[in-house]
Amino acid sequence: MTSVSVIDELKKFQILELLEQGKRVDGRAFDEPRKLVIEPNAIPKANGSARVRLGDSEVICGVKIQPDRPFPDMGDKGIFICTAELLPFSHPSVETGPPGPDVIELARVVDRGIRESHMIDLSQLVIEKNKSVVGVFADNVVVDYDGNLFDTCAYAATAAILSSKTPKWEMKNDVPTLIEGAELNIPITTIPVSVTMGKIGNHIIVDPNGDEWDSMEARITITTDSNGNICALQKGGNGGFTFDEVIQCGKISVKVGATIREKLKQVMGTKK
Amino acid sequence: MGGRDTELVLLDENGIRCDGRKVDEPRRIMIKAGGLKNADGSAYIEFGDNKILVGVFGPRDVHPKHMSNTDTGILRVRYHMEPFSVTERKNPAPSRREIEISKVIKEALEPAIMLDKFPRTAVDVYIEVLQADGGTRCAALSAASVALADAGIPMRDMVAACAAGKAADTIILDVNNEEDQAGQADMPIGYMPSTDKITLLQLDGVLTPEEFKKCVETGIKGCKIVYELQKKALTEKYFANGDSK
Repeated sequence: MTSVSVIDELKKFQILELLEQGKRVDGRAFDEPRKLVIEPNAIPKANGSARVRLGDSEVICGVKIQPDRPFPDMGDKGIFICTAELLPFSHPSVETGPPGPDVIELARVVDRGIRESHMIDLSQLVIEKNKSVVGVFADNVVVDYDGNLFDTCAYAATAAILSSKTPKWEMKNDVPTLIEGAELNIPITTIPVSVTMGKIGNHIIVDPNGDEWDSMEARITITTDSNGNICALQKGGNGGFTFDEVIQCGKISVKVGATIREKLKQVMGTKK
Repeated sequence: MGGRDTELVLLDENGIRCDGRKVDEPRRIMIKAGGLKNADGSAYIEFGDNKILVGVFGPRDVHPKHMSNTDTGILRVRYHMEPFSVTERKNPAPSRREIEISKVIKEALEPAIMLDKFPRTAVDVYIEVLQADGGTRCAALSAASVALADAGIPMRDMVAACAAGKAADTIILDVNNEEDQAGQADMPIGYMPSTDKITLLQLDGVLTPEEFKKCVETGIKGCKIVYELQKKALTEKYFANGDSK
């Protein structure tokens, strides 16, 4: 992501040298994510929200739920759209204006992880088939950057969705009309958790921080669901992974994902 | 923007407003200096239900280069609202309203900053409205001043801002969302107390000349309350236990 910060060769060398000795720059184990802080309902006006800090990367996600037209080929399903944006104060190099390829990839990977896990049961979000459905918009804004925005955004979006209450609408004269006072929990089927790993030399590290992010040759983001199944994956960077490394990454993502899922459940008070 | 109560009483017989405040009472205000790691200076403000984050960079190189000025530094301000900050999801692209507010905030801050000390550079102020509830431009301007001070940029004074207005035929301090929608006038004011200069002034609504004068006076009173909280935020960051993150 935003491969912009200037990291000098010395620092890169130091990071690699430490890894050869089995150590990371910030003292973590190879498979240890940074400290995760989740503050649910940070934006009371949104239908659901969360402020999430993973190390020094920070994201606010707000969920807005409103009636929308269904996609033409999916008239019996609600809509889910997840976006991500880097706010200009998140890093000195971020510029305003239309998002670049890195940010577009970020938004799409986060969207895919949640969509493909079928976290939200979209079939329950239909007001009238083929005419009007409920749209769930999860907008992520990055407030501070220190590497691995994929997981920071994914955890923020997941927590924000878990905290969401959806209003109810009914069709009156062909217009979706709000039913006052009716509020439902959003239908949740599973909790997707993404785990992003970087490859530096022959080492696989979980949740790379900003300096590690700039030093790695390749990365892989794997999303798992509550059953421990893998539901989305994205490889990035100009290096590659061997078959064994990919399998190893899969195992790590299930294991690390489970601990993060427990944390999400504990903070959000959900059972699934 | 919500709260369209037909029965809404803006001012009751005891002089209490729809959110329980007195006529000359501002909403709850909390300002925090700092908080962002990557920005050179930052601030967070909660002004009633408004929640706004501001980050500042600079003075730094100007991109694109042709914008730079050999005589003075330039100030750039972006005011932006998150899609989830208002009742109906807002399109994330900058609206005409946001572009105008960016400009008035920029022009309100320029007199405060000693830009002539930094020719060929730019100071960038990024304002992000996380939650909006009427009076965002004033809250944003107040927070931006604190963020600029936090970035260590030389300033003549901080700009404090607060709105005054008219609802139920009465001049009120700090117009909230309901009062803005149903009231008679809204006047945001930005003010530098130590130089006694008004640097932001807008008005929507009708006021008699007497009301206009009272409205400005009321607004300035509000600015002075905000000013004390701005100073407190900086004092808390820089003079309390040396904790500076």
